[in-house]
Amino acid sequence: MSTRVCMGNEAIALGAIRAGVRVVAGYPGTPSTEIIETFVHEKAPGVNVQWSTNEKVALEVAAGAAYSGARALVTMKQMGLNVATDPLMCLSYIGVKGGLVLAVADDPGPWSSQTEQDTRDFAKHANLPVLDPSSAEEAYEMTQEAFELSEEFALPVILRPTTRVCHASATVELGEATPQPPVAGFEKRPEWCIFPALSYKKHGELEVKQHKIAEKFETSKFNRIDRGGNKGVAASGIAYLYAKEVIDEYQLEVTLFKVGTPYPMPENLSKEFLSRVKSVLVLEELDPVVEEALLAVSNGQTPVYGKHTGNLPWNGEYSYELVRKALFDYLDAKVPEVPGVELPEMPKRPPVLCAGCPHRASFYAAKVATRHYPKAVYCGDIGCYTLGNAAPLNMTDTCLCMGAGITVAQGIALAEPGTKCLAFIGDSTFFHTGIPGVINAVYQNIDITVVVLDNHTTAMTGHQPHPGTGKNAMGEPAKALDIETMLKACGIEEIYTVNPFDFDASVEAFKKAVEHKGPSAVITKAPCIAQMKRPATVHRVNESCIGCLKCIKEVGCPAMTPENGKVVINESLCTDCSLCANVCPVGAIKRGERHA
Amino acid sequence: MLKSVLITGVGGQGTLLASKIMSEAAGRRGLFVRTSETIGMAQRGGSVTSHLRIDAKNVSPVIPSEHADILIGFELAEAARQIPKLAENASCVVNTDTLVPTNVALKQGKYLADEYLAALKKAAPHGLFINATPLAIEAGDARTLNIVLLGAAAGAGMLPFSVEELKDAIKACVKPKLLDMNMKAFELGLAAAQ
Repeated sequence: MSTRVCMGNEAIALGAIRAGVRVVAGYPGTPSTEIIETFVHEKAPGVNVQWSTNEKVALEVAAGAAYSGARALVTMKQMGLNVATDPLMCLSYIGVKGGLVLAVADDPGPWSSQTEQDTRDFAKHANLPVLDPSSAEEAYEMTQEAFELSEEFALPVILRPTTRVCHASATVELGEATPQPPVAGFEKRPEWCIFPALSYKKHGELEVKQHKIAEKFETSKFNRIDRGGNKGVAASGIAYLYAKEVIDEYQLEVTLFKVGTPYPMPENLSKEFLSRVKSVLVLEELDPVVEEALLAVSNGQTPVYGKHTGNLPWNGEYSYELVRKALFDYLDAKVPEVPGVELPEMPKRPPVLCAGCPHRASFYAAKVATRHYPKAVYCGDIGCYTLGNAAPLNMTDTCLCMGAGITVAQGIALAEPGTKCLAFIGDSTFFHTGIPGVINAVYQNIDITVVVLDNHTTAMTGHQPHPGTGKNAMGEPAKALDIETMLKACGIEEIYTVNPFDFDASVEAFKKAVEHKGPSAVITKAPCIAQMKRPATVHRVNESCIGCLKCIKEVGCPAMTPENGKVVINESLCTDCSLCANVCPVGAIKRGERHA
Repeated sequence: MLKSVLITGVGGQGTLLASKIMSEAAGRRGLFVRTSETIGMAQRGGSVTSHLRIDAKNVSPVIPSEHADILIGFELAEAARQIPKLAENASCVVNTDTLVPTNVALKQGKYLADEYLAALKKAAPHGLFINATPLAIEAGDARTLNIVLLGAAAGAGMLPFSVEELKDAIKACVKPKLLDMNMKAFELGLAAAQ
């Protein structure tokens, strides 16, 4: 036994290694990314680790491994599960042989996501058990248990951490290493092929399994009742730790039901809890999963307070403060007074494209090239480049989900002929779900310009390799797919590949591509600045600056600030990209030696 | 005894590493640690915080309002933004250097440096306020700001670790080829506080 301060995601990976996982697949997505990154660092022998092209691919790869009797782990964020829904829904019927665990990270807030969907509800929808860790140390234990459960019931099991579990660390006691279970190998049986008659039979079996799993959860170590007063509190996930801190700090007399298995809810344990209390307050982020399960068990006998009663909000992340107020209100106690602190007016600080980001140069060139058209629409996608929405670029008019920029642009072009539609997509997103949209544009002959912002990495999630980078997840050489060749193979005939920092050439390429009738493409190729060594030179504003601020107003680089009527470049942030020098009307921005 | 340390700054300034070093130091002493980090979109130049809660298990990884014992601010406005988190008698180390957001340069919002400093001094009268950026540049790279501030916090005696414990933790967390520069940054911070 040893201890390590682990982030929740790291604990999940270490738990899976201890459980003898052999195949690990996923697609990067905040807050799930560091699970696979831990495997990359740990280099555990006998574990095959991959960044898959997308989550559907990842789950299917893992399913094949699990069919063959190997333990497999799939990782993704909650939005990724939408992409993987097709295989998941079928897999709950087909089942698995080796343990298959899906670590799906939810993002209440949301901090870095398009939705606040609740994967516990998804588990219920797919008839699959779900474990809801409240901390990193519990995530370590639950991951191991999830593999056991998966093999016992021959079903995939979902582990659902949230941001405050994934990105929170704790001191975790790590068990001794255990040998990987042997792999039986793929056994040919008709049950691996889904057909209507089999689906009917399997659906029936699946419903029976739900009760058996719920029975198993009656004695799960992840559910616990801490006896106190006759006021009941039930909590799931990180809300349990918020509740625990408030209850301990104020020594509140409550009976606390910690729920680690929100679906299927253990009915007898729920009844036992309800029998000890006169009412219940349910604390859980996102959907009222535990609340509705307790409402069903209570059947009107015991009042259940939560989201349905307006005691707690449906959206957003919970906090100590929010839970404290809900608990004090529920106990009819006076909420501790918080003396308000008068703060001066604070500036907002939204995330921005980094100084020297090639996306800024690409967006600016596209903007300059399309300025003269009566209307141009810029469809965006998911990645760092979504930040192109901010002023002064204002180059993201739409953003829906992975791969949707290319297709939404087609719909706008159909509905509004004559409007110039440009669809921006990153290289990793292009491989993830961009390609079918490109094929559709060619097949339907729709006049859009696809812009692939190729920075040679999956930048937003922390620089993971993808099929275009020539490296696999472990950093070993892999065949690098060429995006221009792929666009050609998809049928696009008008393609320009440029370095976005070659400003004049980029503007020219955009002009030609947009002018072309029918689908066209521009690939802007320059590596992510965060992965580059800083050059020994920077750009500096000299005495001839007239203080017009055009540089800031046009490109909005975070290294530039107005100071005493002129512009100053923060040398520690400047990467010498030279975009600002292209904008300055008086040539006051020049290259010089770096001092910081 | 529970100590809650809040580190704040702008995405890219290295709050994560500072938090990791303190977790490492706590772990080496056998203390139970919880931390919570800002990872994701906000890392691209947005407001970021790292929360550390040392030596207590039944608490959340996020420091509640009025519960931070120590604040380490990498940027002036970001430090001021966290004033509501400060416990009574909290101590702080704040870099007085500023990073003015682009939206302020575009006339969306204000950056009131003098007011932020005054508010911080009022909230933490015994705080240490230093311009740490030149020290980081002196150490060899502006990006060692995080280690300069860690050194300053250690020098001011605010952290529940000894200087030696922190140095060992830095050695365990920093790439070997960057160690000398970071050690210099730590020493400069230490000296600035003493």
